[in-house]
Amino acid sequence: MSAQLKIAERLSVSRTEIEDFLFEEAALLDDWKLTEWLALFEPGASYHVPPAGSPDDADPAATLFYVMDDYHRLSERVKRLLKRTAHVEYPHSRCRHMISNVRILGGDDRAFTVTSNFATYRSKRGRTELYFGHHNYVMTRADGSIRIRQKTSFLDSDDIAEQGKVSIII
Amino acid sequence: MGMEMAFAGQTPPLVDDRSANGIFRVSRHAFVEQSVFESEQREIFNKCWLYLGHDSEVAAPGDFLTRSVVGRKIIFTRNKAGKVGAFFNTCPHRGALVCREKQGSANLFRCFYHSWAFDLDGKLINRPGHESYADDANANGEHNLVPVPRLESYRGLYFLNFDRNACDLASYLGNSMEFIDLVMDQSADGMEVIGGTQEYGFKANWKLLAENSADGYHGQPTHATYFDYVMSTNGNLGDNVVKISKPHDLGQGHAVVEYGAPWGRPIAKAVPAWGEEGEREAAALRADLTQRLGAERADRIAYTNRNMVIFPNFVINDIMAITLRTFEPVGPGQMRVNAWALGPKGEAPKARERRLYNFLEFLGPGGFATPDDCEALALCQEGYSNMAEAGWNDISKGLNQERPTIEDEVQMRAFWREWSRRIEGERA
Repeated sequence: MSAQLKIAERLSVSRTEIEDFLFEEAALLDDWKLTEWLALFEPGASYHVPPAGSPDDADPAATLFYVMDDYHRLSERVKRLLKRTAHVEYPHSRCRHMISNVRILGGDDRAFTVTSNFATYRSKRGRTELYFGHHNYVMTRADGSIRIRQKTSFLDSDDIAEQGKVSIII
Repeated sequence: MGMEMAFAGQTPPLVDDRSANGIFRVSRHAFVEQSVFESEQREIFNKCWLYLGHDSEVAAPGDFLTRSVVGRKIIFTRNKAGKVGAFFNTCPHRGALVCREKQGSANLFRCFYHSWAFDLDGKLINRPGHESYADDANANGEHNLVPVPRLESYRGLYFLNFDRNACDLASYLGNSMEFIDLVMDQSADGMEVIGGTQEYGFKANWKLLAENSADGYHGQPTHATYFDYVMSTNGNLGDNVVKISKPHDLGQGHAVVEYGAPWGRPIAKAVPAWGEEGEREAAALRADLTQRLGAERADRIAYTNRNMVIFPNFVINDIMAITLRTFEPVGPGQMRVNAWALGPKGEAPKARERRLYNFLEFLGPGGFATPDDCEALALCQEGYSNMAEAGWNDISKGLNQERPTIEDEVQMRAFWREWSRRIEGERA
């Protein structure tokens, strides 16, 4: 039995179930359904994007990140991105979130850690930008459904001089 | 008066400064032409003092970091005796980059190609087959790493200059030093660059960011969603917003705006969202500032925001957090930006976390404001494709005001006059 299967059995969650969840998350982001996307997070959740090339243990309380959202600021980020006055994303850019290499890394029957690779394309006014790296998640299960407690998106590029900004949820 | 009449058949200047007549315009060619980009390399970036890094980034002997400064690859390091140095990151033998890490600690730098090794002062200390070279092969130091022509510092900020004959740094910084002091005085123990560099970019000419970094006029329209956020987070904006709105032309192209604003400042101005604990901490910081510096200076530091542009491309913004920022052209329509957060040495972990959280509510590529600047500047640059028919930027706001505010364009005109002096020469 593979390590992944053993973890899945112990946690009573399967990789397929996690993949379905992540593909649904990606679809919501592709479709700019950000209010619905926010509902995937439990209250008190956080969302972080460290500087490109950061190690997995980078700490937003001690190091300058790109994004360090607690649940309040994440809710505000969603509100902002859906306004016409969020100029950088109005009109909305077209985005495609690709998710792969999903692995359940561990946990117990209340919370588990998941990682996936990502490649997110953003296109606007004739330019296409690529963001790539991996997401780390802490997920929980409440009333049968999976919720995100913590999400961190690590970029693999040396910097984001080409992409310029992180104006979408990558 | 029309363009043609004003210049009587002559080619108009790139900076059309007829302030006495209420006219101040900049040609859009200045943002687009390759020839202007090349003049800037020659007349500005090869002659001005350029920010390299902060003392705290190479805190211990042996610490180093590699950084690009207007395309030159630089090693910034501290030797075993504690002296800070800067070298071109290129082997004197074949030219390969000697140091490939972004930062770290080292006893020596070794070029892997033929294994030449250099100490922290750039001196060649070892190479294989040494006996095959003449005894005096390095007598004049031509096999050592080349140091930058000039390296000087002010209050922990290290600047380099590629012009050996440049004036000293203090003369260059001139009146901006008063405002650097207002930042560096914020802690009795000194200030430090907090780990983590934001390296991002704008698809726009670099001079647009020099303007934007101290532009009070764009705040409300461009950053409406940020002010929505501040309101939504704090309920009200408090009553401790100082009624100051003052632009200063500091001379030599440097400029600063001083103003009150509704956001919280980690140095002693709390907002409701920080709660009682935040207000208590802010009060304690204010008490410390008052004791060290007197009430007037303490209040100025705590309550007044400052956006400062040091010509040509260094920004110190002391706003909802302190950011140091450089931006350099990689072509007429593209720039690279490096941004850092500055904070007091030995800051309490909770206060440090609040500072970084506050920084990111506005600043940086993932903040609630900077991405909209990114878009605004890109749109300007795209608009310049129409420059044959629509050729001028207007920068005259406030020319008719006896007491201009930060929503006028005094600070941009300071930049452009110096830019014009260096690029176009003195005009009659």
